[in-house]
Amino acid sequence: MTALAAILIRDMRIAVRVGGGALMGVLFFLVVVTMTPFALGPDLALLKRIGPAILWLAALLASLLALDRLFASDHEDGSLDLILMGHAPLELVVFAKGLAHWLTTGLPLILAAPLIGLFLNLDAPAEAALVLTLFVGTPALTFIGLIGAAIAVTLRRGGLLLAVIVLPLTVPVLIFGVAAANAAVTGPVPFGTPFTILCALTLASLVVGPFAAAAALRQEME
Amino acid sequence: MRLSAVDLACHRGGRDVFAGVSFTVGAGEALTISGRNGAGKSSLLRAVIGLLRLAQGRLTLEGGDPELTIAEQAHYLGHQDALKPSLSVAENLRFWAGFLGKPSSAIDEPLDAVGLAGLAALPAAYLSAGQRRRLSIARLVAVKRPIWLLDEPTSTLDASAQQRLAGLMQAHLGAGGLILAATHGPIGLDKTQELQLDQARSPAEAAAEGQELP
Repeated sequence: MTALAAILIRDMRIAVRVGGGALMGVLFFLVVVTMTPFALGPDLALLKRIGPAILWLAALLASLLALDRLFASDHEDGSLDLILMGHAPLELVVFAKGLAHWLTTGLPLILAAPLIGLFLNLDAPAEAALVLTLFVGTPALTFIGLIGAAIAVTLRRGGLLLAVIVLPLTVPVLIFGVAAANAAVTGPVPFGTPFTILCALTLASLVVGPFAAAAALRQEME
Repeated sequence: MRLSAVDLACHRGGRDVFAGVSFTVGAGEALTISGRNGAGKSSLLRAVIGLLRLAQGRLTLEGGDPELTIAEQAHYLGHQDALKPSLSVAENLRFWAGFLGKPSSAIDEPLDAVGLAGLAALPAAYLSAGQRRRLSIARLVAVKRPIWLLDEPTSTLDASAQQRLAGLMQAHLGAGGLILAATHGPIGLDKTQELQLDQARSPAEAAAEGQELP
């Protein structure tokens, strides 16, 4: 347990220091969403209709930004060798790293979402629903992303490969996340159904992600 | 405690890195592994802790903790220092002490042992190569593990730091630990076993090398 706490604290520290990825993700998110009304023009009804989708897409891309360095930096400086020699199971270490990544990149997005939702003409109930879907859905993005990050660990420019591997896997999360948010904004579908499926996807990815990523890392270290 | 290896072999990229390597190291003993570049010194160390898969051979540790693997009872000092530039000297060491051992491990004494006590608050990005090496060595002092695997431990270290390292290794051996060191030169230990990896290479490879040299 202490080993995992050590990993969690270290990764969060690195993320918020100079050169870490924490601020980058939320800035990217803000820029993409802010640019959308300029591109689409001042059509408030249109913005309101596609707002949740824009926010979800931006959140998806932003959460991938720093992900390719998650294991690659530990591999390059030899930390991964030592992590494999620790008492803690690799699956749990991967989980702790994923949690640290979500806390430093996913959580700031969720906190920024209500503010940025104003740009897209979302009213208070719609924003609440959107924040709730992001809160439940972004962990799935991170933990599915772990698999790609682990596969791309030995590649020098793994970022693109990571996106190619991970993005198709995140399609279900995107569909049900946006569906739930839209249901709250425009109706007439109930909010509960897609939201429950989104919860299920997240719970499944919390389990599958660390195991798959740990298996990929073990394979590549040999 | 006794670490014995019987007839180890390792293949990488379709060629034998080493083959037919056997050794036995007991408590308080050191083994230095020497050989030309590419003879497989680093690979042998990595194979001992399972970071490389052995093609054949057997590794056994007698008298260790049966619940733990060899890797979990060993320290590995590789070519890379496993330090994060954005964290301070103390934060780097405290992380490894917490991850590999107990969370409350004191870090002042290990930092003092490698002569970095005054730099605890400095980000690791500002350290020189030798200082980074010394910070890595502090990890071995902070967390007690019986087996030390050192890959060219004295490279980048100045004379006084080499002496300090020799002192730390003597203390480790004195406490019943064992050391495997890949090295090109003397590392400052009095009596060591020596393993020459060149002898283990295949005749074909030796012949090929003979032709390349004028």
